[in-house]
Amino acid sequence: MQTYTLSVNGQSKEVTVDPSTPLLWVLREELKMTGTKYGCGISACGACTVHLAGIATRSCVVPISLVGDRPIVTIEGIGQDRVGRVVQDAWISDDVVQCGYCQSGQIMAAVALLKSIPEPSDANIEASMGGNLCRCGTYVRIRKAIMTASQKLA
Amino acid sequence: MRSGACRFLRTSVILLLALAWHAVAAQETAPTETSKQAGLAAWQQVYSVLTHPRCINCHTATNYPEQGDDRHRHLFNVVRGPGGKGVPGLNCATCHQGANADSTGVPGAHNWHLAPLSMKWQDTNDKILPSADVCRSVSEHSKDAGGILRHHQQEPLVLWSFQPGRRRDGTERSVPPLTHEEFVAATRTWVDAGMPCPSNP
Repeated sequence: MQTYTLSVNGQSKEVTVDPSTPLLWVLREELKMTGTKYGCGISACGACTVHLAGIATRSCVVPISLVGDRPIVTIEGIGQDRVGRVVQDAWISDDVVQCGYCQSGQIMAAVALLKSIPEPSDANIEASMGGNLCRCGTYVRIRKAIMTASQKLA
Repeated sequence: MRSGACRFLRTSVILLLALAWHAVAAQETAPTETSKQAGLAAWQQVYSVLTHPRCINCHTATNYPEQGDDRHRHLFNVVRGPGGKGVPGLNCATCHQGANADSTGVPGAHNWHLAPLSMKWQDTNDKILPSADVCRSVSEHSKDAGGILRHHQQEPLVLWSFQPGRRRDGTERSVPPLTHEEFVAATRTWVDAGMPCPSNP
């Protein structure tokens, strides 16, 4: 066991865990932040996406020992960010969600996309969101909400 | 008159010395047939490493990296992206961290990325290019001979390929056919021989 000091959504958190523990389980089990979801555990679905130093990151495959001092932002904190707030609003206004399980990961990926490419094309959206799976098939509404958010941010 | 003869003599000596130095220097720098043969043999060793899956999986000619010893297309819809580092939301760093994550089976090293298309060692059908083609590509892109040697000695992704960590099931990933030290030595021999390349069959 080892003690780590993490920056999560702007707050300092201390956890004592095995160094091999994936960040996802530190967030969910140690910090009780259950907005980040466990989907596949092998970085295949994107449900566990958080931002690590601004990069959309699959928290299920990142051992806590490799996080270092990079700031972590989760779905619980993304609304503090202007782009994050606008994306969440677009998700509500365009009624994206069906079952909702994958949506925190979808939103985190969409925010990363819009921060890097404020006016994405359909091809940009397909490439950037292509690793985030949705069993309900809300892809068309996800694309629409990203476009809505992009227009609001312009 | 005597002073003119002295000047002539001095100039002649200097010229002779210069010619002798040039001849010696040329002998030292121009690859001999023996060193060329050694260089070609060393290149084949280098080529055996470059075309190992740990290396060539990221030297593709396509819009995606490959994975595994069978060099299958990278799962999860991963794409090259404009800088070879994926795209926003799905960067290489989305999964690949600065070191191997043996507990989750994801390989990692500093600045994980695809090689540029100019350094592709496969064709667009994922078939490995012949030794002569890869050799030409490497030598043409090695602006200074020391550059390729330094790359093979120090580049974190090159170093990673010799210590690629464990798969998710706990087994070790396969490594190139040479050790890193042997790879660097072969590169040095090839560079010192003037980076000779085999002919296309």
